[in-house]
Amino acid sequence: MDPVFLSRLQFAAATMFHFLFVPLTLGLSVLIAYMETKYARTGDKTYLRMTKFWGKLFLINFALGVVTGITLEFQFGTNWSRYSAYVGDIFGSLLAIEASVAFFLESTFIGIWIFGWKKLSAKAHAGVMWLVALAGNLSAVWILMANGFMQNPVGYVIKDGRAELESFMALITNKHGLLEIIHVVPASLLLASFFIMGVSAWHLLRKQHLPVFERSFRIGLVVGLVMALFTAFTGDLHGINVSKTQPAKLAAMESHWETQTRAPLVLFAIPDQENEKNLIEIGAIPGILSFLGFHDFNAKVTGLLDIPKDERPPVLPTFVGFRTMVGLGTLFILLTIYGWFKRNNLTENPTYLKIMLFAIPLPYIAMEMGWIVSEVGRQPWIVYGLMRTAEAVSPISTTQVFISLTGFILVYGLLGLVGFYLMAKTVKQGPEAAN
Amino acid sequence: MELQAIWFFLWGLLWAVFFMTDGFDFGIGTIYPFAGKTDTDKRTMLNAMGPLWDGNEVWLITAGGVTFAAFPLVYATMFSTLYTPLMLILFALIFRGVAIHFRGKIDTPAWKRVWDFLIFIGSFVPALLFGVAFANIFQGIPFDGQGFYHGHTLKLLNPYGLLGGVLFVLLFIVHGANWMAVKSTGKLQARMAAISQKTWLALVPVAVVFLLASYFATDLWANYFRYPVLFIVTLVNVAALLSIRYFVANKTYFKAWFASAATIVLCTFFGIIGLFPALFPSSLHPDWHLTAFNASSSPLTLKIMLGVVVVFIPIVIGYQIWAYHLFKDPVTEEDLDMDEAY
Ligand code: HDD
Ligand code: HEM
Ligand code: HEM
Repeated sequence: MDPVFLSRLQFAAATMFHFLFVPLTLGLSVLIAYMETKYARTGDKTYLRMTKFWGKLFLINFALGVVTGITLEFQFGTNWSRYSAYVGDIFGSLLAIEASVAFFLESTFIGIWIFGWKKLSAKAHAGVMWLVALAGNLSAVWILMANGFMQNPVGYVIKDGRAELESFMALITNKHGLLEIIHVVPASLLLASFFIMGVSAWHLLRKQHLPVFERSFRIGLVVGLVMALFTAFTGDLHGINVSKTQPAKLAAMESHWETQTRAPLVLFAIPDQENEKNLIEIGAIPGILSFLGFHDFNAKVTGLLDIPKDERPPVLPTFVGFRTMVGLGTLFILLTIYGWFKRNNLTENPTYLKIMLFAIPLPYIAMEMGWIVSEVGRQPWIVYGLMRTAEAVSPISTTQVFISLTGFILVYGLLGLVGFYLMAKTVKQGPEAAN
Repeated sequence: MELQAIWFFLWGLLWAVFFMTDGFDFGIGTIYPFAGKTDTDKRTMLNAMGPLWDGNEVWLITAGGVTFAAFPLVYATMFSTLYTPLMLILFALIFRGVAIHFRGKIDTPAWKRVWDFLIFIGSFVPALLFGVAFANIFQGIPFDGQGFYHGHTLKLLNPYGLLGGVLFVLLFIVHGANWMAVKSTGKLQARMAAISQKTWLALVPVAVVFLLASYFATDLWANYFRYPVLFIVTLVNVAALLSIRYFVANKTYFKAWFASAATIVLCTFFGIIGLFPALFPSSLHPDWHLTAFNASSSPLTLKIMLGVVVVFIPIVIGYQIWAYHLFKDPVTEEDLDMDEAY
């Protein structure tokens, strides 16, 4: 074990844990703002009960999102100081803009939202929630742009042994970053919709608080259906882009070894990185991979064998991650389309409701898998083609990182459990009684 | 040249504002287990910082982000050499954040005791360690030209470092007690005023010793002797420190809070001015000092970031003042009865 390996583990653990809470914050804030606006406009108390109920769950989740975010902001310095010194000129500015433009807005107004029920008019209070939703999604925009630079560095020149900013415009119109934004933001709304549908299903199965949960479920269904389609669409765009900018990642996503035209899509395979082949390969459909990557059945797709060994990403996690994400993405489309036909008599479809209850974790899994594809598939680079992960680590001792990593795992593990417990308790309690 | 100097002071200002705003939260959290005699006291204290602490904490994130953007080499070296203390601070902040949110979620004594303890740890540890860290930065950190650290983490707890830590804790307690005096009534208010006054009595000698010790342990005073006009900052600082006592005695608590806020900002600037142009001096060799001039970003990045900060930070300050204004009145029973209250 060395500081590089442990730092990678620590970074991965910290970001993946952060990202358990982020998407719900992003998506649910918008949906709650919508519900509260409905209340402010119509005075319909059901919308108020919905706002308060989902708001409580939102806040538990939000607390964990915030505290797991703070550590990330500093980890580039603590663990990746070489990286920070090398690209800080570019990367640091995006992070600083995120903090001054988005985090302040989000954190200040969430405080006002929580404590301002009596101090503000209903309309102003709903407006505050819109600001929170805007700020959260704005922070996603900036951090994803920062990640976009690591995936596809643009707008820089190498000067005095570091990357310096050459064009800010190029930096914030980076295609990879934009694709991440239009993929992750809808995916977050999708996740929040499934969360709302799943929790609502639990109460609908018990036939309690029907007005609140029938209405919530419908909102989740409409938003979920649209976003499931949109996420798949932008994911496809992402794939086309990756096949051009990061051929090694594409090859790893598909466990594709030999360069060929009319490249097939393999339905099931077990990659064997040591021996540079697939152990098992079932169901190869010719031309489909070429089509997915380039929208051309005859396009040539570079195989891993044509990529130098020390520039190949770990194939197994990238491959499995991609399969899982796309498989789940397809499932979400099917589930929401089916729900659409049953939307008027949900309570008579207990099986569907049960499925939706158990589907709550699935978008979370898809999210995490997406990041694994994106981040592991980028290896061995920390900034694609520019800096290797192994060169990026701080000159710190193994012991230091080992202790902090252990701390993260323990503390995050415990907090995750407490958070889950509190959420489950709040769900069971249900909304306030109607009066 | 000038751009880098401007950024140096903006950098100092962001840290100062962080200490000024989140400082009272740390102070409240530190006295919380001792001054909160009843559950209502405790909840009053939590709800007094309730709407504000999260927005205050973002000044830290921004200070960190701006260090990264404007002085990447400082960001890289500072946080990797101070790895262990920074991790301790981060864990403490994690505890504080969740504890404030989760304490009220379940109404049993055992549950509350756990979070009460974490609120204390999560406030006291950052207060102390930020002081220790900054005092050590004033002295210089043992790192070389490659950013390798040659010290030992425990050596950060040297006498001058500890003195800095104690100074910060006392400052924040006074500041927090002042805010609580604004936000409470009756017995609790009287108790908070007394805490502010008593802590102030300890704060003054510690501050004096710290200033003297700085003469021997650091080079901070050099800039002052070179440009004696800078002593004005120190004089105003002393005036602010003394006026805290006056305002608390007069029961004009909001003014007292203002005075302690000013004291914190000026204390931070005492160090920032003394450091100039170094942001992160090396104790091993002056050539290795990281300064505003040898550790900054490119002029283009500095310009763009200056634009961002000049536009957005005033907006932030605007809406934060609005938030403070909205929640300036003492916490009432009705506030505590609210569903959302902590
Ligand atoms: C796609 C969205 C997204 C991604 C990829 C990340 N975050 Fe995040 N982050 C958010 C979206 C977000 C958010 C939704 O805006 C949060 C969650 C809860 C909150 O308050 O804001 C947040 C909170 C949050 C906070 C606390 C802000 C506060 O106190 O209010 C920090 C410091 C960070 N994040 C930093 C990071 C860093 C350094 C990341 C990269 C490794 C990162 N986040 C990935
Ligand atoms: C929050 C969502 C994110 C998740 C879940 C995620 C996931 C991961 C994972 C799994 C790794 C480990 C890869 C490996 O060790 O092979 C990793 C590494 C890394 N990612 Fe991300 N990532 C996220 C966002 C980001 C963003 C937005 C950035 C940039 C701002 C980023 C920068 C990095 C860095 C610097 C590493 C360390 C290098 C390495 O370990 O390989 N990540 N991330
Ligand atoms: C259904 C079809 C989908 C396709 C074709 C698809 C495609 C992709 C591709 C190609 C990437 C990698 C981009 C890169 O690393 O450069 C990616 C990343 C990602 N995907 Fe998907 N995806 C789909 C569905 C989903 C769903 C349903 C979710 C979550 C609910 C999701 C969440 C993510 C996330 C979080 C990332 C990492 C961030 C990013 O690179 O944008 N995806 N997706």
